[in-house]
Amino acid sequence: MARTRRGLTAAAGVLGLAALVLTGCSGNNGNPLSDDSGSKSSSDTITVGSAAFPEDAILAYIYADALSDAGVKTSVKANIGQRDRYIAALKDNEIQLVPEYTGNLLQFLDSSATATSSDDVYSALQTAVKSGGSGKLDAGKAEVLQQSPGQDADSYNVTKKFSDENHVTSLSDLKNVKGTLKVGANPEFATRPYGIPGLKKSYGVTATLTPISDSGGPNTLKALLDNSVQLADIYTTTPSIKQNNLVTLSDPQHLIGAQNIVPLISTKAASSKVTDTLNKVSAKITTDVLIDLNTKSSVDKQSSDAIAKAWVKANGF
Amino acid sequence: MNSYSQAFDWLADPAHWSGADGIPQRLIEHLGYTGLTLLVAIVIALPVGLYIGHTGRGREIVVPFTGALRALPTLGLVILLALGLGIGILPPLIALVILALPPIIAGAYSGLESVDREVVDAARSVGFTGAGVLWRVEVPLAMPLIVGGIRSACLQVIATWTVAAFLPLGGLGRFLYDALPDQDYAKLLAGSILVIVLALLADGLFALIQRLVTPRGVRAGRTADIRTKTQSPTRKDPSWLAPEEA
Repeated sequence: MARTRRGLTAAAGVLGLAALVLTGCSGNNGNPLSDDSGSKSSSDTITVGSAAFPEDAILAYIYADALSDAGVKTSVKANIGQRDRYIAALKDNEIQLVPEYTGNLLQFLDSSATATSSDDVYSALQTAVKSGGSGKLDAGKAEVLQQSPGQDADSYNVTKKFSDENHVTSLSDLKNVKGTLKVGANPEFATRPYGIPGLKKSYGVTATLTPISDSGGPNTLKALLDNSVQLADIYTTTPSIKQNNLVTLSDPQHLIGAQNIVPLISTKAASSKVTDTLNKVSAKITTDVLIDLNTKSSVDKQSSDAIAKAWVKANGF
Repeated sequence: MNSYSQAFDWLADPAHWSGADGIPQRLIEHLGYTGLTLLVAIVIALPVGLYIGHTGRGREIVVPFTGALRALPTLGLVILLALGLGIGILPPLIALVILALPPIIAGAYSGLESVDREVVDAARSVGFTGAGVLWRVEVPLAMPLIVGGIRSACLQVIATWTVAAFLPLGGLGRFLYDALPDQDYAKLLAGSILVIVLALLADGLFALIQRLVTPRGVRAGRTADIRTKTQSPTRKDPSWLAPEEA
């Protein structure tokens, strides 16, 4: 009898646990952003969100610091998650401003977009944001301000050795390389237009994906350096490209869309003071500035907050 | 409940049940990883646990140490090990074995410790050697707890192997890591359901094994009664004792 009861209790426990786990992931109802106070930010404060990686967090702090210096009340909600999370947060008015990347945001809002050059992407993005991008944003309630000259785009990188041995400096050289090429990149690279399918379509190169979920971070770099993969998708502003003497392959067919930094903002938060300040900030953010900011973060291990403060101070906002 | 119906639709789609990224393939990979992890962990942990339980030595060192191992975040460990060892199976295997060691060691030594000392003394007094006591008395009586330790390790290992898909490895974690950046929540939930079902099935299997390895005398659930009956005469009936002691 004792045993049966124990068995039942255990079974009930297991079922209860399963139910807990299942209800825990009930998707759209749960709000990962709600903090303890549960209150939304008051209307005169601009809450700046960011994606869950240091560069975007630094940019969020830079926007926030520059705006505070201009007399606008701000708060920062850094490292919210991936694009789907923080765009939803902007739509729900949890945040009002987020540093974005033109190409990726355009693809997110309009998966059929084909623009790749900076200007084409930017004008297509303006239209997509205004229309709301099939419901991902509310139509007419958000906009993008002026884009920065700085870009943080995906890029195909090879080792110096591979480049020399196979005479490869451009993606169009890859079709002459014998054997199967493996690309180390995030899992989504298998389906994205700039990933494996694009490589085939634009350059006639058949490659297989080796999925490594660190967004071109140290594990991807390690795989490239020990030749587990021959190509690695690493963002152009990553310090490791220069540090390891990697060769970034040129992209004559514009397979990879432009990824200029751009502030995505709720229209009601975009007063002329806010717009002017952010436009001035954007004008100063070049790719070299981004590499410098990232080096301070990933190499010198400074906090996003501190890096942003120093940069805003040095640039006189 | 919409995401659930989508997840079950995803599971029901025949296209997801074939090929290199199909559910059967991923299940086989996941079971393979789990089996390998448990095998390695058992080979390391069981001797350690049995040694502690049998001799009572080493407890002060091993218990806090394995307790501390439990606190290591597995994903962090995988990433760190992969920086040194590359993107093969070794980094997650090591990380998962580390996760599996503590419950197996704990099951083994607490199993032996749970064996009534009087039974051990009795075995010794009828001429069992140390090894005989261990293998023919202590281990059989401790089997339910030893298997219980492996059962607990198995559950954790099945659930946690999913993190290995951070690297280019298969297993059910692939569905989670591949679905997340594409916001494919149906696939994400379906993958989670598969992990849960697999974990529950494996746990059920171990529950069965645990029953099968329980010695009949213990399984009767009356160890306490048996002990009182055999003990009571020694205490209450002096005639049972040797004459010179009475």
